[in-house]
Amino acid sequence: MRDAGLLEAKDLVRRYSMRQGLLGRITEVTAVAGVSLALERGRTLGLVGESGCGKSTTGRMVLGLEVPDAGGVSFQGKPMPKPGTPAWRAMRARMQMVFQDPLGALDRRMTIAEQIAEPLVIHAIGNASERAARVESLLRDVGLRADQGSRYPHELSGGQRQRVVLARALATEPALLVCDEPISALDISIQAQVMNLLVELQAARGMAILFISHDLRAVRQVSDRVAVMYLGTIVEEGSPDALLHDPRHPYTRALVSAIPHPGKQGERIVLQGDPPNPAARPTGCAFHPRCPLASVQCRSETPTLRDDGADRRVACHHPHASPIAEAA
Amino acid sequence: MLRFLATRLARALITIVMVVTFAFVVLRLSGDPALLIMSVDAPPEAIAAFRASWGLDDPLWQQYLKYFTAILHGDLGRSMRDGRDAIALVAERIPATLALTLPALAIKLSIGIPSGIYAALHRNSLTDRVVMGLAVLGFTVPSFVLGLLLVLVFAVQLGWLPSGGQDSWRHAILPVITLGAGGAAVLARFTRSAMLEVLGQPYIRTASAKGVPWRAVVRNHALPNAAIPTVTIIGFMVGSLIAGAVVVESVFSWPGVGRLLVVAVANRDLAVVQCILLLVAGTMVASNLVVDLLYGALDPRLRQARAGGAA
Amino acid sequence: MSDATLPAVAAAPRFRLNLPLGVAIGVFWILLMLAIAVLADVISPYAYTALDLRNRLSPPVGMGGVWAHPLGTDELGRDVLSRLIYSIRMSLLIAFGATIIGAVFGTTMGFLAAHFRGWVEQAVLALVDFSASLPFLILALAVLAFFGNSLSLFIVLLGFHAWERYARIARGLAISAGAQGYAAAVRQLGAGPLRVYGRHILPNIASTLIVSMTLAFPEIILLESGLSFLGLGVQPPSTSLGNMVGYGREYLTRAPWILLAPAFTIITTTLAVSMVGDWLRDRLDPTLR
Repeated sequence: MRDAGLLEAKDLVRRYSMRQGLLGRITEVTAVAGVSLALERGRTLGLVGESGCGKSTTGRMVLGLEVPDAGGVSFQGKPMPKPGTPAWRAMRARMQMVFQDPLGALDRRMTIAEQIAEPLVIHAIGNASERAARVESLLRDVGLRADQGSRYPHELSGGQRQRVVLARALATEPALLVCDEPISALDISIQAQVMNLLVELQAARGMAILFISHDLRAVRQVSDRVAVMYLGTIVEEGSPDALLHDPRHPYTRALVSAIPHPGKQGERIVLQGDPPNPAARPTGCAFHPRCPLASVQCRSETPTLRDDGADRRVACHHPHASPIAEAA
Repeated sequence: MLRFLATRLARALITIVMVVTFAFVVLRLSGDPALLIMSVDAPPEAIAAFRASWGLDDPLWQQYLKYFTAILHGDLGRSMRDGRDAIALVAERIPATLALTLPALAIKLSIGIPSGIYAALHRNSLTDRVVMGLAVLGFTVPSFVLGLLLVLVFAVQLGWLPSGGQDSWRHAILPVITLGAGGAAVLARFTRSAMLEVLGQPYIRTASAKGVPWRAVVRNHALPNAAIPTVTIIGFMVGSLIAGAVVVESVFSWPGVGRLLVVAVANRDLAVVQCILLLVAGTMVASNLVVDLLYGALDPRLRQARAGGAA
Repeated sequence: MSDATLPAVAAAPRFRLNLPLGVAIGVFWILLMLAIAVLADVISPYAYTALDLRNRLSPPVGMGGVWAHPLGTDELGRDVLSRLIYSIRMSLLIAFGATIIGAVFGTTMGFLAAHFRGWVEQAVLALVDFSASLPFLILALAVLAFFGNSLSLFIVLLGFHAWERYARIARGLAISAGAQGYAAAVRQLGAGPLRVYGRHILPNIASTLIVSMTLAFPEIILLESGLSFLGLGVQPPSTSLGNMVGYGREYLTRAPWILLAPAFTIITTTLAVSMVGDWLRDRLDPTLR
């Protein structure tokens, strides 16, 4: 079922060293500890996890904004150039990022039409009138009116701004879009609209999307596939509906159980222990200090991401058995 | 705490080293020191001897090292005009400068700070506006103009006070006032805005809402917090005592370090200029160090940050 | 008509000219000074070196002088008014030149520090520390001692007077713009550093920089006049405000008008620029306080 792979990231590792004070110790923080993923044309991969799990860093490495300390990223079969180089800059036309804070991502002093046109200017696409036409059609595509092009970012609402950011990201017709918490800063009522917009745009343009969020529900709505991250590794991967109805990794189970659902049965799993600290990774499985199923093996041996039935991968020594397997 | 002290000392030392390097670079850049220090028509043998004795034919880094070690040994060269040791020349002028700058500092502190506090506490009142008006005048009127105006009024027209020289304590009155006025104005303005900023904080409102009498609120909450940025400015003022004195001493013909500097610059007496440069840098660095230490004592947030290990 | 081609409207809040009286007077004075500086050759009754030996030390018109020299003359019969006009031009020229040099240099250093981080940033910060560690007057005097003074050297020297302020502002704002802001977004679009700094960051910090420049301007006037007063700044035959005060000092008793005219001009111009600068700062950027 695999389409032509657009982007492949293998075994990405990213570490930061932080120094405490001028003469203090150096602590090493492992933000990403071995993440592999593949993005296909026209499909959306959702990346879920709590703050600090490394999903944003993964997104940045996928785009080549940061260089991984280990592992590599290849786009359309070719390795990712280093950030800041002309080759990397030229590649921006093929891949774009949508940030969390739409107001921060836009320049207060430029009209939104100018900002949407900017990628075209940077990559020298078309002449002035062609660009103007393109800006107009992009505005329409994201659900804004053409006359709003002369407005300034602070004159628009949050949802409208995010649409502008989307329009700008799509200006050069990229093959890949990385959305890092694109709706977290928006009102709930607007979130759904923006997500629908994303789905529409993808259907119309056929780009791949990496959708990063801490909100499992939102991820489920737009993704074809979901990966759950914890402390820098992917702990479970599968199709959204299957993941929601049958989570197998204890962490995923806790996440799913926390989703409020009218008339839901079953108790909410509350995780004990300290929140994850990337500066002090536990030995073995990173989740074991908080896992209700932790065993001796979990403390010493790091689980790898393994196939667990059709279309599911889990990194756990004691994954929750699927009902079908149990029945068998 | 020790780590804090160590880093601050290190920075102070680095600054002094940079000043010394700066003096060296500027000295070398400005042309052949031999020709600069000796006159242009000195006989070539004298120039060659000079170059040899100063090591001017050595590679640059060697010259720098020699220069540095010389300074460390306290040898800052001789004045061109009378051949005396630069350090001695400067040192004997220091008391005269102190005689002006210390009383001036006292004036700045004793007039500037209370007026600033008072103006802040009675914001937008008549006193506030008057104080601020005077303060603005204080720093838009350059010290030499103020000095000359004072001389014009008090010495020339009224004949009450002498206009120059150092003969009696009365000679010091006008220079001290001139020096103190500008600084008092700056300090008043600064203290006022520091106080206003503190007074606008929520915890002040909380304290007075709790029923604490206003005087106690001011004394225990507002003043200590406003003291922190004020201390920085005072430190800067102490560090730039000599700089302030330069113009005033020239106006009043007061034989202090400032006047010496002006004369040395006019005569391109490089050894003396260098010496004074280092003196000023040293004073500034020392006063900043003291301010940093006071900061650590005054501001508990800094102490805690250090204990936690963050820079 | 496509809206995307409408001309850009200024994004600043609508500029209502509610000037307090003091600020309005200040603006008027500044414009007057600028006009004098520009039109000096046209409006000055005499050249500033022209001697009128029959009218030496003649007092201003109100105090027994002649209309030919409304502000009096100095010991060589040179017309004080004319010298004043040319001095205004010289002092303003120096102040403008130095302010711009300082701002350009400081901003560039700040951007370099913010862009390259690492040791470049540390070097710039060390230079900033060094600059702040010596009172500028002393630094200037040292340089003047070593290099002598030509006018261009003098202007450049004064330019370094407040560069570290611009550097700090530029660096701080560039870093915060870069982190999660529009600068990162534009960089991510594929823009080269020149475009990012020139078309995005600079316009956004321009107002803060301009306020800083306005506040530094009077300081330069004071510095220059102080140095010229000491005889170490503008050299004769050129004349500047401080210069004139320096000469006038010798005649303090006999002919105080020689120094009073330039002294008054220094005070009022500095005051005017300071007031306008303060007002600008309060309106545009309260964070600079």
